[in-house]
Amino acid sequence: MIKFRSVLSKLLGKILSSRWTKVALFAACLVPILLLARPLWMLATAGYSPQLTANPIEYITHYTGTWTIRFLLITLSVTPFRKIFNQPKIARYRRMLGLFAFFYVCLHFLTWFVLDKFFSFPEMWADILKRRYITVGMLGFAMLLPLAVTSTAGWVRRLGFMKWQRLHRLIYFAALAGVIHYYWLVKSDVRLPLMYAAILAVLMLYRFAARKRSVQARRVTTPNTASLPD
Amino acid sequence: MLIRKPADLRYSDVTPQPLYVNRRSFLAGSVALGAFGALAGTARSAKLEDVKKSPYNVGDEKVTPLEAITHYNNYYEFGTDKEDPAKNAQNFRTSPWTLKVEGEVAKPMTFDHDALFKIAPLEERIYRHRCVEAWSIVVPWIGFPLSALLKQVEPTSKAKYVAFESYYDSKQMLSERAAGIQLPYVEGLRLDEAMHPLALMAVGLYDETLPNQDGAPIRLVVPWKYGFKSAKSLVKIRLVAKQPPTTWNISGPNEYGFYSNVNPQVDHPRWSQAKERRLGELFKRNTLMFNGYSEVASLYTGMDLRKNF
Repeated sequence: MIKFRSVLSKLLGKILSSRWTKVALFAACLVPILLLARPLWMLATAGYSPQLTANPIEYITHYTGTWTIRFLLITLSVTPFRKIFNQPKIARYRRMLGLFAFFYVCLHFLTWFVLDKFFSFPEMWADILKRRYITVGMLGFAMLLPLAVTSTAGWVRRLGFMKWQRLHRLIYFAALAGVIHYYWLVKSDVRLPLMYAAILAVLMLYRFAARKRSVQARRVTTPNTASLPD
Repeated sequence: MLIRKPADLRYSDVTPQPLYVNRRSFLAGSVALGAFGALAGTARSAKLEDVKKSPYNVGDEKVTPLEAITHYNNYYEFGTDKEDPAKNAQNFRTSPWTLKVEGEVAKPMTFDHDALFKIAPLEERIYRHRCVEAWSIVVPWIGFPLSALLKQVEPTSKAKYVAFESYYDSKQMLSERAAGIQLPYVEGLRLDEAMHPLALMAVGLYDETLPNQDGAPIRLVVPWKYGFKSAKSLVKIRLVAKQPPTTWNISGPNEYGFYSNVNPQVDHPRWSQAKERRLGELFKRNTLMFNGYSEVASLYTGMDLRKNF
Protein backbone atom coordinates (compact mmCIF):
# COMPACT_ATOMS: atom_id res chain seq x y z
CA MET A 1 0.00 0.00 0.00
CA ILE A 2 2.76 2.42 0.96
CA LYS A 3 4.70 1.49 -2.17
CA PHE A 4 1.61 2.22 -4.30
CA ARG A 5 1.19 5.63 -2.71
CA SER A 6 4.83 6.60 -3.18
CA VAL A 7 4.68 5.45 -6.81
CA LEU A 8 1.56 7.58 -7.27
CA SER A 9 3.25 10.51 -5.56
CA LYS A 10 6.32 10.24 -7.79
CA LEU A 11 4.12 9.99 -10.88
CA LEU A 12 2.20 13.09 -9.83
CA GLY A 13 5.47 14.89 -9.23
CA LYS A 14 6.66 13.96 -12.70
CA ILE A 15 3.43 15.18 -14.30
CA LEU A 16 3.63 18.44 -12.41
CA SER A 17 7.22 19.01 -13.52
CA SER A 18 6.48 18.55 -17.19
CA ARG A 19 6.27 21.55 -19.47
CA TRP A 20 3.35 19.96 -21.28
CA THR A 21 1.26 19.99 -18.13
CA LYS A 22 1.48 23.75 -18.08
CA VAL A 23 0.32 23.92 -21.71
CA ALA A 24 -2.53 21.50 -21.01
CA LEU A 25 -3.60 23.45 -17.93
CA PHE A 26 -3.54 26.72 -19.88
CA ALA A 27 -5.79 25.17 -22.52
CA ALA A 28 -8.11 23.79 -19.83
CA CYS A 29 -8.43 27.23 -18.25
CA LEU A 30 -9.54 28.61 -21.61
CA VAL A 31 -12.30 26.04 -22.02
CA PRO A 32 -15.03 28.05 -20.24
CA ILE A 33 -14.58 30.97 -22.61
CA LEU A 34 -14.16 28.70 -25.65
CA LEU A 35 -17.46 27.02 -24.82
CA LEU A 36 -19.14 30.38 -25.37
CA ALA A 37 -17.66 30.85 -28.84
CA ARG A 38 -20.17 28.86 -30.85
CA PRO A 39 -23.25 30.10 -28.94
CA LEU A 40 -22.00 33.67 -29.36
CA TRP A 41 -21.58 33.09 -33.08
CA MET A 42 -25.11 31.68 -33.28
CA LEU A 43 -26.38 34.70 -31.38
CA ALA A 44 -24.64 37.09 -33.76
CA THR A 45 -25.88 35.37 -36.92
CA ALA A 46 -29.24 33.76 -36.02
CA GLY A 47 -30.18 36.31 -33.38
CA TYR A 48 -30.84 33.64 -30.76
CA SER A 49 -28.88 30.90 -29.06
CA PRO A 50 -30.70 28.55 -26.69
CA GLN A 51 -27.51 27.94 -24.66
CA LEU A 52 -27.26 31.65 -23.90
CA THR A 53 -30.96 31.73 -22.84
CA ALA A 54 -33.41 34.43 -23.83
CA ASN A 55 -31.36 36.94 -21.83
CA PRO A 56 -27.80 36.39 -23.12
CA ILE A 57 -26.30 39.48 -21.48
CA GLU A 58 -27.50 38.30 -18.08
CA TYR A 59 -26.29 34.78 -18.81
CA ILE A 60 -22.80 35.86 -19.88
CA THR A 61 -22.44 38.21 -16.91
CA HIS A 62 -23.42 35.39 -14.59
CA TYR A 63 -21.22 32.86 -16.40
CA THR A 64 -18.06 34.98 -16.27
CA GLY A 65 -18.75 35.81 -12.62
CA THR A 66 -19.15 32.15 -11.70
CA TRP A 67 -15.85 31.27 -13.38
CA THR A 68 -14.14 34.14 -11.58
CA ILE A 69 -15.08 32.81 -8.17
CA ARG A 70 -14.23 29.26 -9.24
CA PHE A 71 -10.76 30.24 -10.41
CA LEU A 72 -10.17 32.24 -7.24
CA LEU A 73 -11.03 29.19 -5.15
CA ILE A 74 -8.92 26.91 -7.37
CA THR A 75 -5.99 29.30 -6.95
CA LEU A 76 -6.50 29.27 -3.19
CA SER A 77 -6.45 25.44 -3.25
CA VAL A 78 -2.93 25.27 -4.67
CA THR A 79 -1.05 25.79 -1.42
CA PRO A 80 -3.17 23.34 0.60
CA PHE A 81 -2.76 20.79 -2.20
CA ARG A 82 0.99 21.35 -2.18
CA LYS A 83 1.20 20.80 1.55
CA ILE A 84 -1.20 17.89 1.86
CA PHE A 85 0.16 15.89 -1.08
CA ASN A 86 3.74 17.12 -0.61
CA GLN A 87 4.00 18.33 -4.21
CA PRO A 88 6.03 21.54 -4.24
CA LYS A 89 5.99 21.55 -8.04
CA ILE A 90 2.32 22.56 -8.13
CA ALA A 91 3.25 26.03 -6.94
CA ARG A 92 4.40 26.76 -10.49
CA TYR A 93 0.78 26.81 -11.62
CA ARG A 94 -0.56 29.16 -9.03
CA ARG A 95 0.26 32.34 -10.89
CA MET A 96 -1.39 31.13 -14.08
CA LEU A 97 -4.53 30.12 -12.21
CA GLY A 98 -4.65 33.46 -10.41
CA LEU A 99 -4.23 35.35 -13.66
CA PHE A 100 -7.06 33.37 -15.20
CA ALA A 101 -9.25 34.43 -12.29
CA PHE A 102 -8.27 37.98 -13.19
CA PHE A 103 -9.02 37.28 -16.87
CA TYR A 104 -12.53 36.14 -16.04
CA VAL A 105 -13.18 39.02 -13.67
CA CYS A 106 -12.17 41.42 -16.44
CA LEU A 107 -14.65 39.76 -18.80
CA HIS A 108 -17.29 39.91 -16.05
CA PHE A 109 -16.65 43.60 -15.43
CA LEU A 110 -16.53 44.44 -19.15
CA THR A 111 -19.78 42.60 -19.86
CA TRP A 112 -21.43 44.75 -17.23
CA PHE A 113 -19.69 48.01 -18.10
CA VAL A 114 -20.19 47.71 -21.85
CA LEU A 115 -23.47 45.84 -22.29
CA ASP A 116 -25.27 47.08 -19.19
CA LYS A 117 -23.83 50.56 -18.62
CA PHE A 118 -22.82 51.23 -22.26
CA PHE A 119 -19.49 52.79 -21.35
CA SER A 120 -21.23 55.36 -19.16
CA PHE A 121 -18.93 56.28 -16.27
CA PRO A 122 -21.56 58.37 -14.43
CA GLU A 123 -23.99 55.45 -14.56
CA MET A 124 -21.29 53.08 -13.43
CA TRP A 125 -20.42 55.32 -10.45
CA ALA A 126 -24.09 55.68 -9.52
CA ASP A 127 -24.42 51.91 -9.37
CA ILE A 128 -21.19 51.44 -7.42
CA LEU A 129 -22.26 53.96 -4.82
CA LYS A 130 -25.88 52.89 -4.50
CA ARG A 131 -26.05 49.13 -5.09
CA ARG A 132 -24.14 47.44 -2.29
CA TYR A 133 -23.63 44.23 -4.22
CA ILE A 134 -21.87 46.26 -6.93
CA THR A 135 -19.86 48.18 -4.31
CA VAL A 136 -18.46 44.99 -2.87
CA GLY A 137 -17.97 43.52 -6.34
CA MET A 138 -15.94 46.53 -7.47
CA LEU A 139 -13.86 46.30 -4.28
CA GLY A 140 -13.07 42.69 -5.15
CA PHE A 141 -12.10 43.69 -8.68
CA ALA A 142 -9.97 46.57 -7.37
CA MET A 143 -8.14 44.18 -5.04
CA LEU A 144 -7.30 41.82 -7.89
CA LEU A 145 -5.79 44.56 -10.06
CA PRO A 146 -2.53 45.03 -8.09
CA LEU A 147 -2.22 41.27 -7.79
CA ALA A 148 -2.35 40.85 -11.56
CA VAL A 149 0.14 43.67 -12.09
CA THR A 150 2.63 42.33 -9.51
CA SER A 151 2.27 38.71 -10.53
CA THR A 152 5.69 38.49 -12.21
CA ALA A 153 9.02 37.37 -10.73
CA GLY A 154 10.38 40.83 -11.45
CA TRP A 155 7.89 42.32 -9.05
CA VAL A 156 8.71 39.75 -6.36
CA ARG A 157 12.29 40.98 -6.57
CA ARG A 158 11.32 44.65 -6.66
CA LEU A 159 9.08 44.42 -3.61
CA GLY A 160 11.05 41.80 -1.74
CA PHE A 161 9.38 38.50 -1.02
CA MET A 162 7.93 39.46 2.41
CA LYS A 163 6.19 42.59 1.10
CA TRP A 164 5.04 40.77 -2.04
CA GLN A 165 3.57 37.94 -0.01
CA ARG A 166 1.73 40.34 2.28
CA LEU A 167 0.29 42.21 -0.74
CA HIS A 168 -0.90 38.98 -2.28
CA ARG A 169 -2.90 38.13 0.81
CA LEU A 170 -5.42 40.49 -0.80
CA ILE A 171 -6.68 37.46 -2.68
CA TYR A 172 -8.38 36.22 0.51
CA PHE A 173 -10.34 39.45 0.70
CA ALA A 174 -11.04 39.49 -3.01
CA ALA A 175 -12.53 35.99 -2.79
CA LEU A 176 -14.58 37.03 0.23
CA ALA A 177 -15.81 40.13 -1.63
CA GLY A 178 -16.79 37.90 -4.55
CA VAL A 179 -18.81 35.57 -2.35
CA ILE A 180 -20.63 38.47 -0.64
CA HIS A 181 -21.25 40.08 -4.05
CA TYR A 182 -22.91 36.86 -5.23
CA TYR A 183 -24.93 36.43 -2.03
CA TRP A 184 -26.25 39.99 -2.18
CA LEU A 185 -27.45 39.83 -5.78
CA VAL A 186 -29.42 36.58 -5.53
CA LYS A 187 -33.20 36.92 -5.13
CA SER A 188 -33.95 34.00 -2.86
CA ASP A 189 -31.92 30.90 -3.71
CA VAL A 190 -28.73 31.42 -1.70
CA ARG A 191 -27.50 27.84 -1.99
CA LEU A 192 -24.77 28.47 -4.58
CA PRO A 193 -23.30 31.58 -2.91
CA LEU A 194 -23.31 29.71 0.39
CA MET A 195 -21.58 26.74 -1.22
CA TYR A 196 -18.75 28.94 -2.50
CA ALA A 197 -18.58 30.60 0.91
CA ALA A 198 -18.25 27.19 2.55
CA ILE A 199 -15.41 26.18 0.20
CA LEU A 200 -13.64 29.47 0.91
CA ALA A 201 -14.12 28.94 4.65
CA VAL A 202 -12.57 25.46 4.46
CA LEU A 203 -9.58 26.76 2.48
CA MET A 204 -9.04 29.57 4.99
CA LEU A 205 -9.47 27.27 7.98
CA TYR A 206 -6.82 24.96 6.57
CA ARG A 207 -4.39 27.86 6.29
CA PHE A 208 -5.20 29.04 9.78
CA ALA A 209 -4.67 25.54 11.21
CA ALA A 210 -1.43 25.03 9.22
CA ARG A 211 -0.10 28.37 10.45
CA LYS A 212 -0.90 27.56 14.05
CA ARG A 213 0.89 24.22 13.75
CA SER A 214 4.03 25.78 12.25
CA VAL A 215 4.11 28.53 14.92
CA GLN A 216 3.84 25.89 17.65
CA ALA A 217 6.56 23.80 15.99
CA ARG A 218 8.89 26.80 15.96
CA ARG A 219 8.24 27.47 19.65
CA VAL A 220 9.13 23.88 20.63
CA THR A 221 12.45 23.82 18.73
CA THR A 222 13.69 27.19 20.05
CA PRO A 223 15.96 26.42 23.02
CA ASN A 224 15.62 28.20 26.31
CA THR A 225 19.03 29.86 26.42
CA ALA A 226 18.75 30.88 30.06
CA SER A 227 19.17 27.31 31.19
CA LEU A 228 22.38 26.76 29.20
CA PRO A 229 25.65 26.83 31.13
CA ASP A 230 27.92 29.81 30.39
CA MET B 1 -53.21 55.53 -25.84
CA LEU B 2 -52.02 52.11 -26.78
CA ILE B 3 -55.34 50.83 -28.08
CA ARG B 4 -55.69 49.96 -31.71
CA LYS B 5 -58.65 48.96 -33.84
CA PRO B 6 -59.12 45.19 -33.43
CA ALA B 7 -59.04 44.60 -37.16
CA ASP B 8 -55.55 46.09 -37.53
CA LEU B 9 -53.40 43.48 -35.90
CA ARG B 10 -53.02 39.75 -35.94
CA TYR B 11 -50.02 38.65 -33.95
CA SER B 12 -48.83 37.06 -37.20
CA ASP B 13 -48.36 40.62 -38.40
CA VAL B 14 -45.97 41.44 -35.62
CA THR B 15 -44.07 38.16 -35.61
CA PRO B 16 -41.83 37.87 -38.70
CA GLN B 17 -43.90 35.93 -41.22
CA PRO B 18 -41.45 33.07 -41.95
CA LEU B 19 -40.90 32.56 -38.24
CA TYR B 20 -44.64 32.59 -37.52
CA VAL B 21 -45.61 30.22 -40.31
CA ASN B 22 -42.75 27.84 -39.72
CA ARG B 23 -42.51 28.17 -36.00
CA ARG B 24 -43.43 24.56 -35.27
CA SER B 25 -40.91 23.19 -37.74
CA PHE B 26 -38.42 25.80 -36.62
CA LEU B 27 -38.84 24.59 -33.08
CA ALA B 28 -39.10 20.88 -33.75
CA GLY B 29 -36.90 20.34 -36.74
CA SER B 30 -33.95 22.65 -36.49
CA VAL B 31 -30.80 20.56 -36.19
CA ALA B 32 -28.80 23.50 -34.97
CA LEU B 33 -31.10 23.85 -32.00
CA GLY B 34 -30.78 20.16 -31.31
CA ALA B 35 -32.63 18.81 -28.33
CA PHE B 36 -33.93 22.29 -27.64
CA GLY B 37 -36.35 21.91 -30.54
CA ALA B 38 -37.97 18.87 -28.95
CA LEU B 39 -38.41 20.74 -25.70
CA ALA B 40 -40.36 23.49 -27.43
CA GLY B 41 -42.85 23.53 -24.60
CA THR B 42 -45.74 23.48 -26.99
CA ALA B 43 -45.61 19.67 -27.25
CA ARG B 44 -48.75 19.24 -25.18
CA SER B 45 -50.44 22.52 -25.96
CA ALA B 46 -53.76 22.37 -27.75
CA LYS B 47 -54.94 24.88 -30.28
CA LEU B 48 -57.52 27.34 -28.95
CA GLU B 49 -60.42 28.07 -31.25
CA ASP B 50 -62.88 30.96 -31.26
CA VAL B 51 -60.42 33.49 -29.94
CA LYS B 52 -61.51 37.03 -30.65
CA LYS B 53 -59.22 39.96 -31.19
CA SER B 54 -59.21 42.60 -28.48
CA PRO B 55 -58.10 46.23 -28.48
CA TYR B 56 -55.26 45.35 -26.10
CA ASN B 57 -51.98 45.64 -27.94
CA VAL B 58 -48.59 47.27 -27.60
CA GLY B 59 -48.28 49.35 -30.73
CA ASP B 60 -45.13 48.64 -32.70
CA GLU B 61 -43.29 46.84 -29.92
CA LYS B 62 -42.21 43.41 -31.07
CA VAL B 63 -43.91 40.37 -29.58
CA THR B 64 -41.39 38.10 -27.85
CA PRO B 65 -40.80 34.80 -29.71
CA LEU B 66 -42.43 31.72 -28.23
CA GLU B 67 -39.02 30.09 -27.59
CA ALA B 68 -38.08 32.89 -25.21
CA ILE B 69 -41.48 32.95 -23.46
CA THR B 70 -41.27 29.20 -22.87
CA HIS B 71 -37.56 28.88 -21.98
CA TYR B 72 -36.96 31.85 -19.71
CA ASN B 73 -39.25 31.41 -16.73
CA ASN B 74 -39.36 32.14 -13.04
CA TYR B 75 -41.43 29.24 -11.72
CA TYR B 76 -39.42 28.22 -8.65
CA GLU B 77 -41.62 25.20 -7.92
CA PHE B 78 -39.92 23.68 -10.98
CA GLY B 79 -36.41 24.97 -10.29
CA THR B 80 -34.76 28.32 -9.67
CA ASP B 81 -32.80 28.60 -12.92
CA LYS B 82 -34.51 30.28 -15.83
CA GLU B 83 -34.27 27.15 -17.99
CA ASP B 84 -35.44 24.75 -15.25
CA PRO B 85 -39.24 25.09 -15.63
CA ALA B 86 -39.09 24.17 -19.34
CA LYS B 87 -37.20 21.00 -18.41
CA ASN B 88 -38.91 20.06 -15.16
CA ALA B 89 -42.53 20.97 -15.92
CA GLN B 90 -42.74 18.62 -18.90
CA ASN B 91 -44.80 16.05 -17.00
CA PHE B 92 -46.77 18.43 -14.81
CA ARG B 93 -50.35 17.15 -14.77
CA THR B 94 -52.74 19.98 -15.56
CA SER B 95 -55.77 17.76 -16.17
CA PRO B 96 -57.80 16.97 -14.13
CA TRP B 97 -57.84 20.42 -12.54
CA THR B 98 -59.98 22.20 -9.98
CA LEU B 99 -60.30 25.95 -9.59
CA LYS B 100 -62.40 27.01 -6.60
CA VAL B 101 -63.78 30.53 -6.39
CA GLU B 102 -65.06 31.14 -2.86
CA GLY B 103 -65.02 33.38 0.20
CA GLU B 104 -67.07 36.55 0.50
CA VAL B 105 -69.25 35.68 -2.49
CA ALA B 106 -72.95 34.96 -2.96
CA LYS B 107 -72.36 32.19 -5.52
CA PRO B 108 -69.16 30.21 -4.91
CA MET B 109 -68.16 28.17 -7.96
CA THR B 110 -65.86 25.30 -8.80
CA PHE B 111 -64.45 24.73 -12.29
CA ASP B 112 -62.91 21.61 -13.73
CA HIS B 113 -60.29 21.69 -16.50
CA ASP B 114 -62.63 21.99 -19.48
CA ALA B 115 -64.87 24.51 -17.73
CA LEU B 116 -61.91 26.92 -17.42
CA PHE B 117 -62.11 27.65 -21.13
CA LYS B 118 -65.84 28.38 -21.04
CA ILE B 119 -66.02 30.89 -18.17
CA ALA B 120 -66.18 33.81 -20.60
CA PRO B 121 -65.49 34.38 -24.32
CA LEU B 122 -61.77 34.11 -25.04
CA GLU B 123 -59.88 37.01 -26.48
CA GLU B 124 -56.30 37.68 -27.42
CA ARG B 125 -54.48 40.39 -25.47
CA ILE B 126 -50.93 41.42 -26.25
CA TYR B 127 -49.45 42.70 -22.99
CA ARG B 128 -46.06 43.88 -21.78
CA HIS B 129 -44.77 41.71 -18.95
CA ARG B 130 -42.17 43.28 -16.65
CA CYS B 131 -40.25 41.14 -14.17
CA VAL B 132 -39.01 42.66 -10.92
CA GLU B 133 -35.52 41.52 -12.01
CA ALA B 134 -35.61 44.27 -14.66
CA TRP B 135 -36.21 42.25 -17.79
CA SER B 136 -39.38 42.30 -19.85
CA ILE B 137 -41.20 40.59 -22.68
CA VAL B 138 -44.32 41.09 -24.77
CA VAL B 139 -46.77 38.18 -24.56
CA PRO B 140 -49.82 37.47 -26.74
CA TRP B 141 -52.04 36.06 -24.00
CA ILE B 142 -55.40 34.39 -24.57
CA GLY B 143 -57.97 34.66 -21.83
CA PHE B 144 -60.86 36.57 -20.36
CA PRO B 145 -61.08 39.48 -17.93
CA LEU B 146 -60.93 38.51 -14.25
CA SER B 147 -63.90 40.84 -13.73
CA ALA B 148 -66.05 38.50 -15.88
CA LEU B 149 -65.34 35.65 -13.44
CA LEU B 150 -65.81 37.80 -10.32
CA LYS B 151 -69.15 39.12 -11.57
CA GLN B 152 -70.39 35.53 -11.87
CA VAL B 153 -69.65 34.72 -8.22
CA GLU B 154 -71.11 38.01 -6.95
CA PRO B 155 -68.76 39.36 -4.27
CA THR B 156 -70.58 40.50 -1.11
CA SER B 157 -70.11 43.91 0.49
CA LYS B 158 -67.52 42.37 2.83
CA ALA B 159 -65.20 41.52 -0.04
CA LYS B 160 -62.34 44.03 -0.25
CA TYR B 161 -59.49 41.92 -1.62
CA VAL B 162 -58.99 38.94 -3.88
CA ALA B 163 -56.55 36.24 -2.74
CA PHE B 164 -55.01 33.79 -5.21
CA GLU B 165 -53.45 30.42 -4.53
CA SER B 166 -51.34 28.39 -6.94
CA TYR B 167 -51.09 24.64 -7.15
CA TYR B 168 -48.48 22.98 -4.99
CA ASP B 169 -47.59 19.30 -4.81
CA SER B 170 -44.29 18.12 -3.40
CA LYS B 171 -44.38 15.03 -5.61
CA GLN B 172 -44.41 16.97 -8.88
CA MET B 173 -42.59 20.05 -7.61
CA LEU B 174 -39.56 21.03 -5.54
CA SER B 175 -39.63 21.28 -1.77
CA GLU B 176 -40.04 24.73 -0.23
CA ARG B 177 -36.38 24.57 0.86
CA ALA B 178 -35.19 23.89 -2.68
CA ALA B 179 -37.49 26.52 -4.16
CA GLY B 180 -36.40 29.08 -1.58
CA ILE B 181 -39.91 30.45 -1.03
CA GLN B 182 -42.92 29.49 1.02
CA LEU B 183 -45.37 27.31 -0.89
CA PRO B 184 -48.08 27.06 -2.08
CA TYR B 185 -47.53 30.36 -3.89
CA VAL B 186 -50.05 32.99 -2.85
CA GLU B 187 -50.87 36.41 -4.24
CA GLY B 188 -53.47 39.10 -3.83
CA LEU B 189 -55.09 42.15 -5.35
CA ARG B 190 -57.35 44.87 -4.06
CA LEU B 191 -60.89 44.27 -5.32
CA ASP B 192 -60.88 47.34 -7.56
CA GLU B 193 -57.55 46.23 -9.07
CA ALA B 194 -59.03 42.78 -9.73
CA MET B 195 -62.12 44.32 -11.31
CA HIS B 196 -60.06 46.56 -13.62
CA PRO B 197 -60.55 45.59 -17.28
CA LEU B 198 -56.82 44.96 -17.71
CA ALA B 199 -56.67 42.16 -15.12
CA LEU B 200 -56.70 38.95 -17.12
CA MET B 201 -57.30 35.27 -16.48
CA ALA B 202 -55.02 33.69 -19.10
CA VAL B 203 -55.60 30.18 -20.44
CA GLY B 204 -53.36 30.37 -23.47
CA LEU B 205 -50.70 32.19 -25.41
CA TYR B 206 -49.77 32.34 -29.11
CA ASP B 207 -53.07 30.66 -30.14
CA GLU B 208 -52.52 27.57 -27.98
CA THR B 209 -53.17 26.59 -24.38
CA LEU B 210 -50.58 27.65 -21.82
CA PRO B 211 -47.34 25.68 -21.74
CA ASN B 212 -46.78 24.14 -18.30
CA GLN B 213 -43.82 26.38 -17.50
CA ASP B 214 -45.93 29.48 -18.18
CA GLY B 215 -48.58 28.63 -15.58
CA ALA B 216 -50.90 26.06 -17.16
CA PRO B 217 -53.83 25.62 -17.20
CA ILE B 218 -54.95 29.03 -15.93
CA ARG B 219 -53.09 31.98 -14.48
CA LEU B 220 -53.48 35.59 -13.51
CA VAL B 221 -51.94 38.37 -15.59
CA VAL B 222 -51.72 41.86 -14.10
CA PRO B 223 -49.61 43.75 -16.64
CA TRP B 224 -49.12 46.97 -14.65
CA LYS B 225 -47.45 45.15 -11.80
CA TYR B 226 -44.19 43.21 -11.54
CA GLY B 227 -44.48 39.73 -13.00
CA PHE B 228 -44.43 37.84 -9.70
CA LYS B 229 -47.90 39.26 -8.96
CA SER B 230 -49.25 37.29 -11.94
CA ALA B 231 -49.70 34.00 -10.10
CA LYS B 232 -49.54 30.81 -12.14
CA SER B 233 -51.48 27.53 -12.16
CA LEU B 234 -54.34 28.80 -10.00
CA VAL B 235 -56.39 26.46 -7.81
CA LYS B 236 -58.11 28.94 -5.54
CA ILE B 237 -59.51 32.43 -5.80
CA ARG B 238 -60.87 33.75 -2.54
CA LEU B 239 -62.69 37.03 -1.89
CA VAL B 240 -61.59 38.31 1.52
CA ALA B 241 -62.05 41.29 3.79
CA LYS B 242 -58.42 41.81 4.84
CA GLN B 243 -55.29 42.26 2.73
CA PRO B 244 -54.05 38.73 2.03
CA PRO B 245 -50.41 37.56 2.42
CA THR B 246 -48.30 37.30 -0.74
CA THR B 247 -45.38 34.90 -1.16
CA TRP B 248 -42.67 37.38 -2.19
CA ASN B 249 -43.71 39.81 0.52
CA ILE B 250 -43.27 37.00 3.03
CA SER B 251 -39.81 36.28 1.56
CA GLY B 252 -38.65 39.88 1.55
CA PRO B 253 -41.03 42.38 3.17
CA ASN B 254 -38.79 45.36 2.45
CA GLU B 255 -38.15 44.29 -1.15
CA TYR B 256 -41.52 43.04 -2.45
CA GLY B 257 -44.61 44.97 -1.47
CA PHE B 258 -48.27 44.09 -1.77
CA TYR B 259 -48.87 46.54 -4.60
CA SER B 260 -45.58 46.11 -6.55
CA ASN B 261 -46.76 48.42 -9.29
CA VAL B 262 -44.13 48.88 -11.99
CA ASN B 263 -42.55 52.18 -10.96
CA PRO B 264 -39.23 53.47 -12.34
CA GLN B 265 -39.01 55.97 -9.48
CA VAL B 266 -39.09 53.41 -6.70
CA ASP B 267 -36.02 51.20 -6.76
CA HIS B 268 -35.75 47.70 -5.40
CA PRO B 269 -33.46 48.04 -2.32
CA ARG B 270 -30.68 46.19 -4.12
CA TRP B 271 -31.09 47.30 -7.75
CA SER B 272 -32.54 50.07 -9.86
CA GLN B 273 -35.97 49.81 -11.51
CA ALA B 274 -35.41 52.74 -13.84
CA LYS B 275 -34.43 50.60 -16.82
CA GLU B 276 -35.22 47.14 -18.12
CA ARG B 277 -33.79 44.64 -20.58
CA ARG B 278 -36.43 43.78 -23.20
CA LEU B 279 -35.45 40.25 -24.18
CA GLY B 280 -34.13 40.25 -27.74
CA GLU B 281 -32.95 43.86 -27.58
CA LEU B 282 -29.37 44.95 -27.02
CA PHE B 283 -29.98 48.30 -25.38
CA LYS B 284 -31.88 48.73 -22.17
CA ARG B 285 -35.23 50.51 -22.23
CA ASN B 286 -36.54 53.08 -19.82
CA THR B 287 -39.12 51.49 -17.58
CA LEU B 288 -42.55 53.08 -17.85
CA MET B 289 -44.77 54.02 -14.94
CA PHE B 290 -47.34 51.21 -14.48
CA ASN B 291 -45.49 49.41 -17.28
CA GLY B 292 -47.05 51.86 -19.72
CA TYR B 293 -50.62 51.14 -18.56
CA SER B 294 -51.41 54.65 -17.40
CA GLU B 295 -55.13 53.84 -17.36
CA VAL B 296 -54.66 52.25 -13.90
CA ALA B 297 -53.33 55.47 -12.34
CA SER B 298 -56.83 56.34 -11.10
CA LEU B 299 -56.73 53.29 -8.80
CA TYR B 300 -53.92 54.92 -6.82
CA THR B 301 -54.76 58.62 -6.66
CA GLY B 302 -53.73 60.02 -3.31
CA MET B 303 -51.61 56.98 -2.45
CA ASP B 304 -47.94 57.35 -1.66
CA LEU B 305 -46.52 54.75 -4.05
CA ARG B 306 -43.13 54.86 -2.36
CA LYS B 307 -44.66 53.75 0.93
CA ASN B 308 -47.12 51.42 -0.76
CA PHE B 309 -44.52 49.84 -3.01
